[in-house]
Amino acid sequence: MKNRIFALSLAVLMVLAFAAPSLAQVTIEYWQYYYESKVKLIDELIKVFEEQNPGIKVEHITFPYDSFNEQVAAAVAAGQGPDVLNIFYGWLPMYLKEGFLQPLPEEYFSVEEIENRFIPMVNAVKVDGRYWALPTAVRSLALFYNVDHFKEEGFDGPPATWDELLEMAIKLTRRTDRGALVRSGYGWNVTGQDWHLFREVLLRQWGVAPLSEDNRTVTMNSDPAAYEVMEWWIDWSRKYGVGEEEGRGLYRDTFLAGRASMIVDGSFGIGTISANPNLNWAVAELPVKEIGGEKANFGSFWAHAITRNATGEKLEAAAKFLEFITSDEVQRVWLERVGELPASRELAQDPELRNDPVYGPFVRGLEYSHATFFVDEQKERELIIDAVDKVLLLNAPVKDTLDQLVEDLQKVRDEYFNSL
Amino acid sequence: MAVLNVRQRRVLQQSALYVCLTLGALAMIFPLIWMFFTSFKTPWEIYDVNILPQSFQLENYQYLMKNTGFLRWLWVSSVVVVCTTISVLVFDSLVGYTLAKLEFRFKNVIFMAILATLMVPTEMLIIPWYIMSVDFGLRDTYLGIMFPGLITAFGIFLTRQFYEGVPDDLLDAARIDGLNELGVYLRIALPQVKPALSALVIFNFLGNWNAFLWPLIVAQSPRMRTIPVGISFFSNEVTTAWHLIMTASTCAIVPVLIVFVIFQKHIIKGVQLSGLKG
Amino acid sequence: MLRRQKRLTLRQQQERWAFAFMGIPLLFFAFIRFYPALYAFNISLRNWSMLAAERPFVGLQNYRDIFADEVFWIALKNTFTYALVGVPLQIIIGLGIALMLYNIKRLVPFFRALYFVPYVTSVVAVAWVWRFMYQPHIGIFNRILLDLGFEQIQFLRNPDTALFSILAMIIWHGVGFQIVLFLAGLEMIPDTFYEAAQIDGANSRQIFFRITLPLLNPTIVFVVVMSSIRYLQVFSEVMNMSNEGLGGPLNSTISTVLHIYRTAFHRFDMGRASAMTVVLFVIVLVITMIQMKLVTRKFEY
Repeated sequence: MKNRIFALSLAVLMVLAFAAPSLAQVTIEYWQYYYESKVKLIDELIKVFEEQNPGIKVEHITFPYDSFNEQVAAAVAAGQGPDVLNIFYGWLPMYLKEGFLQPLPEEYFSVEEIENRFIPMVNAVKVDGRYWALPTAVRSLALFYNVDHFKEEGFDGPPATWDELLEMAIKLTRRTDRGALVRSGYGWNVTGQDWHLFREVLLRQWGVAPLSEDNRTVTMNSDPAAYEVMEWWIDWSRKYGVGEEEGRGLYRDTFLAGRASMIVDGSFGIGTISANPNLNWAVAELPVKEIGGEKANFGSFWAHAITRNATGEKLEAAAKFLEFITSDEVQRVWLERVGELPASRELAQDPELRNDPVYGPFVRGLEYSHATFFVDEQKERELIIDAVDKVLLLNAPVKDTLDQLVEDLQKVRDEYFNSL
Repeated sequence: MAVLNVRQRRVLQQSALYVCLTLGALAMIFPLIWMFFTSFKTPWEIYDVNILPQSFQLENYQYLMKNTGFLRWLWVSSVVVVCTTISVLVFDSLVGYTLAKLEFRFKNVIFMAILATLMVPTEMLIIPWYIMSVDFGLRDTYLGIMFPGLITAFGIFLTRQFYEGVPDDLLDAARIDGLNELGVYLRIALPQVKPALSALVIFNFLGNWNAFLWPLIVAQSPRMRTIPVGISFFSNEVTTAWHLIMTASTCAIVPVLIVFVIFQKHIIKGVQLSGLKG
Repeated sequence: MLRRQKRLTLRQQQERWAFAFMGIPLLFFAFIRFYPALYAFNISLRNWSMLAAERPFVGLQNYRDIFADEVFWIALKNTFTYALVGVPLQIIIGLGIALMLYNIKRLVPFFRALYFVPYVTSVVAVAWVWRFMYQPHIGIFNRILLDLGFEQIQFLRNPDTALFSILAMIIWHGVGFQIVLFLAGLEMIPDTFYEAAQIDGANSRQIFFRITLPLLNPTIVFVVVMSSIRYLQVFSEVMNMSNEGLGGPLNSTISTVLHIYRTAFHRFDMGRASAMTVVLFVIVLVITMIQMKLVTRKFEY
């Protein structure tokens, strides 16, 4: 009798032990904006992940890039939404402030391990000593130039300094007799990448740190050189007429159409630009103020964050999934398939990658990249666009405009840090 | 002589009309011709100065049909549009008639209340609608996409205005003949406002055809995308596939234009009224 | 005595019919329109970031905030500019074209379709074409201006011209609405009136002002009210025409609904966005009621 009871309970235990994992089916939702190659790859990766982790199912939901906020906001308001969200690092503080995200669980991601494994730029998502998200890939800026246009003018290589760039851009610019700009020597813009160029590259190279060490104070006007470089940069368009702001993404589109000879663009632009078979182009590292001077670059990334929806088993599953999609193996596949630079220190040191004619300049740029610590990327961007427009369209003096801009940016920052 | 003059004047007047209308029409469709030509261009040809494409290659159209869910979007859009239009025709016209021609308490209050719903931007109703859809399990369903548009204040107001133009005597005569109110509405009033109903069909079809924000939010699965929602996926962080947007937009015009051509025929003189006071 | 009683019952009967006809629609409006609108009104008294779990009551704080918000006032001013210029222009152009289309005898469907097709086309697609046409150097307008020896115009980049450049596109895109309605209205006017007028020897001017316009009144009321409501809520055209959908340059084109939208979905500040919605609602309501009073005329047959 005793034996039978024992045998029975053993059997029950065994059944439970085997059944448990398959019964405890956890489904987590992963959300990202739609980008064909990323979506296809993630679908494949989810299959691999689900095979490795039989108890976990990942639902992959995508939406158009332009309605990122709308989608997330509606879902969150209705108590729905993702467990893991792919988010631009600059938007993260706003999401974090409202308690929508949770810090990555220590058991899976210790701060030390993250900092050993990822390039330093990733610390832009470190708040209160904890990491709140991790990327699979990162981006940096570089100079794209039209090789045919360069040949036409007899230039044999890309500019090494900004002075050279301007000089070349002036020569490359084409206008009709009546003054219509038909080819920009340099695809000047604010709304594209050049507001980053101004803030993180030009200002730094002119010796002005845009933010204080603790990220709490805007120091963009802490040195008179800031006014000088801002005026000079705006003058590329206003005075020298090498290019004009045309609208979102148009700097790249005009370059694609052969109507701009040079642009500064992110590594994410490579795919689109290389798709044009009629364009003879090349990439170079960003110029500097003077040869041997400080190098600077703007780095950025989309990161996977865990939301407050993920609790208990879901949190564990989310952490496992995040561990998987940020692993070096996935980063390597990501580079091949999506064409985005790896976020891992080790992979970024790969000599083959560093010497690649296209990826090389970007990967090398990562070393001296700064990822701006935004508290509200969209608002800060609007303020910078408006400041530049005031100078360009209303002829406002640069000094007052920059001072006002710093004040406005500081207000945004104060509001943020006071609300934490 | 005098007869000839009248005729000449009429010919002259007609020719002047046609000249004006043709010039106006050219201005009206010029941007659309541009759009049409752009739909044949390659992505890097788009920002060329030339309006004409280098060649009228059909690649974009082939890509749209084969590699995107366009046909599925077309189907979803069509279902939504047909169902909402039928519902709107039934309900809006009935309420419009009631508000115009029946006497009852709170008539003006009810009318203004309905009209007032047009004054809240729908963008701000998205969140409560979405919460409702979650509660009632309407996400990713046809009903979810179309429920906000099943009855419209727009259509009620439109039909009410047109029923106002129907003489009361006509309805009273029918009532004296023993028709009940439903009969009066169906047999007498409804046929009088055919032009308005045709206009309503056209507007409602179009409004739902191009609706974007709500269908985008309520439908998350690729199977439930409408045409405008599908089109919005052609734009991402890095590029916007304008060549495909132009192709899809060109294709999306065709069904609406067919509906327009069919229904505008009914925007002609209705049944001639008779028995009016001099 | 007997007749009066019968009349009363007739009215009661009508009332019963009226509520039978309107029952379902009124329920529908209560759930789908009134309730969400009240929801927005409620939120306007709360501090709610859409990402946050809590929405504490803050009284009129959001209203104080929006009235202190410079951009809100700019947006209101722009909205009135859009409406005050756009509504009359679009109605007059629409009526003109409708009258011409009404009077032609041949190719009627063809011409009607041509004038209607912009209205059919998605805003996103046509906004792109218009932005390209407005391009300062290679855009068609500036190429013509330059060829004729004029200065180029930075249509969308100049804060003084940007709003009107967008307005031109809105009118072009939307005028099909007025055309169709006026056509429907014109076709509703019985020929007998025209015939009677002709027999009386009226000229075409007299016919237009004494017959056509008065008989078109219900349509005109509808068109005026609806066009105003639409213009006061102008959104997607500005969103698609202005750089990055910001309503720039320097807020020169931002409309109220665009500002509401950006506050709600980009700033996630649902409280403020709702407060602005309530203010806009009151404005539109007042304007509509005035219009209904002023424009509506009873025509004596």
